[in-house]
Amino acid sequence: MNILQLSWKNLINKPLSMLLSTILFALGVGLVSLIMLLNKQLDQQFARNLEGIDMVIGAKGSPLQLVLSSIYHLDAPTGNINIGEAKAFLRPEHPLINRAIPLSLGDSYRGYRIVGTNHNIIDHYGAEISEGKIWEAPLEVTIGSRVAEREGLKIGDTFYSTHGLDINEDLEHDDAGAFRVVGILQPGGTVIDQLILTAAESIWEVHDHAPAPVGAAPAEEEHDHEAGEEHAEGEEHTEATHAAPATDIPLHERVDKDITAILVNFKARNAMTLNLPRTINENTNLMAANPSYEISKLFDQLGLGEQVLRWLAYIIIGVSFLSIFISLFNSLKDRKYELAIMRTLGASPGKLFLLIIFEGLLLAVLGYILGILLSHVGIEMIGQFVKKADRYGFTGKTFLPGEGWLFLGALFVGLLAAVIPAWQARQTDIHDTLAEG
Amino acid sequence: MLQTDQLKFAYTGGDTFSFPDISCERGAHWLLLGQSGSGKTTFLHLLGGLLSPKSGAIRLEGTDMAQLSGPALDRFRGRHIGIIFQKAHFVNALTVGENLALAQELAGVPVDNGRIAKLLDRLNVGQKIHRKPDRLSVGEQQRVAIARALVNSPELILADEPTSALDDENCEQVLHLLTEQAASVKATLLIVTHDGRLKDKIPNQIRLDS
Repeated sequence: MNILQLSWKNLINKPLSMLLSTILFALGVGLVSLIMLLNKQLDQQFARNLEGIDMVIGAKGSPLQLVLSSIYHLDAPTGNINIGEAKAFLRPEHPLINRAIPLSLGDSYRGYRIVGTNHNIIDHYGAEISEGKIWEAPLEVTIGSRVAEREGLKIGDTFYSTHGLDINEDLEHDDAGAFRVVGILQPGGTVIDQLILTAAESIWEVHDHAPAPVGAAPAEEEHDHEAGEEHAEGEEHTEATHAAPATDIPLHERVDKDITAILVNFKARNAMTLNLPRTINENTNLMAANPSYEISKLFDQLGLGEQVLRWLAYIIIGVSFLSIFISLFNSLKDRKYELAIMRTLGASPGKLFLLIIFEGLLLAVLGYILGILLSHVGIEMIGQFVKKADRYGFTGKTFLPGEGWLFLGALFVGLLAAVIPAWQARQTDIHDTLAEG
Repeated sequence: MLQTDQLKFAYTGGDTFSFPDISCERGAHWLLLGQSGSGKTTFLHLLGGLLSPKSGAIRLEGTDMAQLSGPALDRFRGRHIGIIFQKAHFVNALTVGENLALAQELAGVPVDNGRIAKLLDRLNVGQKIHRKPDRLSVGEQQRVAIARALVNSPELILADEPTSALDDENCEQVLHLLTEQAASVKATLLIVTHDGRLKDKIPNQIRLDS
C-alpha cells in the first residue's frame, strides 16, 4: 500500500465526485485535441490538393468558388469559358506556364464528379494506374480508387452521366453515349481518388446530344449543337463503333468549345507570374485566382470559429480545474482525522502532501486518457461519416506531437489544482486535531 | 523503560505546563489520572511524539524523543509507539486489513498479512478484515484500533480515555484487552483517563494536578 495506491483508493472511495471531475477534464482535453486533429488533418488535405497549382483560370465570379470547385470539387463551378479566349494558357509553348490542366465540369455519376480534361491531370497528381489504362477515346473513363471501391465499378462497366452534381435520375444523359470504364487509379490520398476522369471531348459529346434539361446550371446550357454533326444521329453510342471526334486535335485549337476552368502550374514564380492574375482579371473576360491566397483567406475565416471553440475548451478546462480543486479541498475536511492518524502512524508531512498531489495528478491523467479517447473516437466517427458523403477522410488513428504537450499541460493543471489542498494536508496539526476529538 | 526528565511544554503565546518526572519499567502498566485541563492530553501527546517539549527529555528505551524532530520523529513514533485514541479514526477508503497494513507501511515495517490476520482474530474481529471501518460497530472499531496500535509490536502503548464512553461491561473488557495485548508484545502501557472505574484495576498511578 504505497502512497500512490492510497491516493487511488481515496479517489474511488468517492466515485461520483471523481467521475464529475474526470468527465469535465476529459471534455476540455477532448475538445482541445479534437480541434488540433481537425485543424491538422483539414490543413493537410487542403495543402496536399493545392500542391503545384499556382493559378486557376475560370469564368468570372467568386474566386473562392472557382478554387473550391476546380481544385477541391466542393462547390458548383462559376460558369464556362470559351477555349478561344483561354487558348493562350492552354498552349504548351506558353513562356510562363509549365503545365495547364483544362477542366470541364458539371456532370456527375452517383454524386461523383466527371471531369473532362487531358492527361496532364494524371501527371500533376502523380496518379498511377492500378488496373486497365488511361482514357484515350471520348467516353472512355479512368476512375479514382474511391469511386471504384464505393460504386463497385470494374473495367468494362458502362454508365450514363447525370447533369449537375447531385444524384438525380431525371437529369440522366441517357439519350447520349454511355461512359465506359477503361482504367482504375491507385489510391493517392488526393481529390483525384473520387473523380471520374475522361477526355474533355466526352463532355461535349454528351451535351451535344442532351436536350437542355430544366433547371440545369446555366454553365452547361450553352450546348454547341454544331458539334453534334460529328456523328450521325441515331448511331449507336458505344464508343467501339464511335468515330472518335479527333482527340488528336489539340484542345487549344478547339476554339469553338467551352471548358470550365484551367489549373495552371508556372515554370517559376517571378514578378511576371505574380502579375499575371491581375492582368487576366483586368484585360479579359476570364477570372484568375490564386488558390493558396483564397484558401488561406478561407482558413482565416474558419480560424475565428476555431478560436471560439478553443476558448470554450479552455473554459471547460478551467471549470474542471475548479472542480478538482474544490473536491480535493472538501475531502480534506472529511479526512482531517484520518490525515492526523496517518501522521501518528509515522507518515511525514511530505507524504500527506504527496498523497493529495497524486490525487490531483491521477484525476488529470484519467481525464486526459478519457479525453484523448473521446476526441480520437470522435474524429474517426466524423471520418466515417464524411467518407459516406464522399468528401475528405479523417482518421482518429494518428496522434500529434501537440497531444504530448497537451498531456504535460494536463499534468500541470492537475498539479496546480492539488497544490493548495496538498499544502493544507501537509500542515495538519496532529495534536490540535486529535485533542479535540 | 519510559522516563521523563523536567518536561515542560508551552503553547505558543499561552499556558506553560510542567510535568512530573515519571519512570515506567518496560512492560509495566500505568494509569495517568487528572482532571480536565490538567494537561493530560498534552502529556500523552508529548510522550507519543505528537508534540515536541519546550525543554526536558523523554526517553524511550534509551532514545531521547525530545532530540528528534521532523521525519525522524515521525518514523520513531510509527515504529516504536502505538496510540489508541478515545474515538477510533481510520482511513475510510481502506478496509480494516488495509488500515493495519498501512500502519506497517508508514512505520517502514514490511507488511505481514499473516500477523494482521492473527492479530484481528485475537481481538475477535478477524471476520471483519475485508470490511470498511465505518461499517463496524463502535466496539469493533475500538478493537481494530487496538490491533492497529499493536501491529508493529511497539515498546510503548498509549491509550487516551479508551473507556470513558463505554458502559461498565465494555469498560472491563477493553481494559482487559489492553493489558492482555500489551503484555503479549511486552509493551509498556500507559492509560490516560479520568475514569474512576479504572483506579482499582491498575496499581501504578501518576496524578497530574492542575
